[in-house]
Amino acid sequence: MTINPAYIMKIAIASGKGGTGKTFVSTNLFAVAQKENKKVILTDCDAEEPNVTEFINGQIIEEKVVTQQLAVIDPEKCVYCEKCREWCNYNAIICLPENRQIFLIEDLCHDCGACLAACKYGAISEKEKKLGIVTKRLVSKDAFVVEARADVGVYSSVPVINKAIALSSDPELLIMDAPPGISCSFITTVVPACFVVLVTEPTPFGLNDLKLSVETLEQMNKPFGVVVNRAGLGDDRVYSWLEEKKIPLLMKIPFDRNIARIYSQNLLLVNQDKDYKEAFRTLLRKIERLCTK
Amino acid sequence: MHKVKEIAILSGKGGTGKTSLAAALITLSQHVVVADCDVDAANLHLVLEPDNYHQEPFVTGHKAVINHESCIECGLCMDYCRFHAIERRNTEGKVFIVETSCDGCWLCSRICPEKAIKMVPSDRSRWFVGNIKNGKMVHARLAPGEENSGKLVSVVREQARKTAESSGAKTIIIDGPPGTGCAAIASLAGANCVVVVTEPTGSGLHDLKRILELAGRFQIKRYVVINKADLNQDMTDQISLWCNKENIPVIGKLPFDPRMVHAMVQCQSITAWAPDSETSSIIKGLHRYLTGDKTE
Repeated sequence: MTINPAYIMKIAIASGKGGTGKTFVSTNLFAVAQKENKKVILTDCDAEEPNVTEFINGQIIEEKVVTQQLAVIDPEKCVYCEKCREWCNYNAIICLPENRQIFLIEDLCHDCGACLAACKYGAISEKEKKLGIVTKRLVSKDAFVVEARADVGVYSSVPVINKAIALSSDPELLIMDAPPGISCSFITTVVPACFVVLVTEPTPFGLNDLKLSVETLEQMNKPFGVVVNRAGLGDDRVYSWLEEKKIPLLMKIPFDRNIARIYSQNLLLVNQDKDYKEAFRTLLRKIERLCTK
Repeated sequence: MHKVKEIAILSGKGGTGKTSLAAALITLSQHVVVADCDVDAANLHLVLEPDNYHQEPFVTGHKAVINHESCIECGLCMDYCRFHAIERRNTEGKVFIVETSCDGCWLCSRICPEKAIKMVPSDRSRWFVGNIKNGKMVHARLAPGEENSGKLVSVVREQARKTAESSGAKTIIIDGPPGTGCAAIASLAGANCVVVVTEPTGSGLHDLKRILELAGRFQIKRYVVINKADLNQDMTDQISLWCNKENIPVIGKLPFDPRMVHAMVQCQSITAWAPDSETSSIIKGLHRYLTGDKTE
């Protein structure tokens, strides 16, 4: 059966603050969808610290090296007119005409092609630079995990995330585990999503960062709901704020040393505990309803 | 010459306790400059409550804007744009910028034959300098969806150094962001030492290795602190063993302590909230070790 792409449900699991339980929620959601025989893909877009495959493994069926183009300047052809340096908005080109020297700071190059367009003397060509690897793993029939893994020290993981999303084609349900924060890598992950699940913890830090995420998603006109993790450990301010803002509270996961222990051993809670399997199924139903609204 | 020691606190994985540890170390310091480099999701100001006396906007970049009056819809900009940030929409074939994809490289505005594309600065981000009880604090707020958090972090670092110099502080404590990308690089480059806070989980160890690799490239003295160490003793042992093999000292193991959360709820550091707790006494030891302050 082929699925009409209009019916693909794409959700992103995100949080402003790191370590609130994004990967915990996305891996457990994936596991319940898999048990329901859904055609599901979990895509780990947290390319700077991908952790999904610590919990869910499978045979690698596709692997793509992600590269960017990097300018190469030929000093033989260069006339040191400095136009490429002027056009490079990232200050990646250093040119010293009096010394007849020109070079590129590779880490600053954004692969925009401006220098190439600027040079009238054919002195600039390009070579490839590796940014990371995207892998697709078969977990079980119709269930896949795609991982975006940026090389350590790569400035921007956005091209790696984009490639991973491109490789996550045609499931019924796509779950994207987003990077923390509210900057470009987060936006890249959230743009294709039809619904965003924000995971937070009931502490002042969690609430402060939740507000930042909410502000960002509101600007983007993205529908979203909130999961409060480690409930009972902090205070109640997050709940009154959600109520006041009329933001749906999708699930409360209590703080429990047992859950922490299961997570720390790279195990999935829904495979260890029937009640939580049910709770995550309920969460999935709620998201489905809000997604098709 | 005035010599400032810069101590960076990072983690790779988020939520391991960077800010809680940073706040505790700062509370113990006499005269300190704080650089909150988690500009994406800053939290340290909630604990330290700086009284800001200076703020400045920060231009994170520019976004292209098309003037449809002069645009002739030739599509040349679409051919040149490598970020797939320019699209033809609706039936008339009008050309539009996808703001979330625009990298701000200026190429479209430079090659447009009709000069129909303008670059508009994004200047909604801010950085601040403020007074705290025992020193000064430099912090920032990245506007939602902005790029260049690494550059903003560099500004925070630079301002922290200037502030330390003018106020005579000998120590800068840097609270870093999660990850191993531009913001993490900018947070640790040029620091004297980096303290990586981890937790005894598989993910904690995985991300610990990545951030230590990054710090290793900068040849910075590396230390590890294992937070919530008793939540999984086996994993704590595994992390310690690995660090030992790599010659990276594990300088502290903190227990899982609900008072750490209680302190946070009160917007206080653990060393201020529960100064006599076991956790606080371990952190006091860490502070002496890191600042080289034998007398405390």
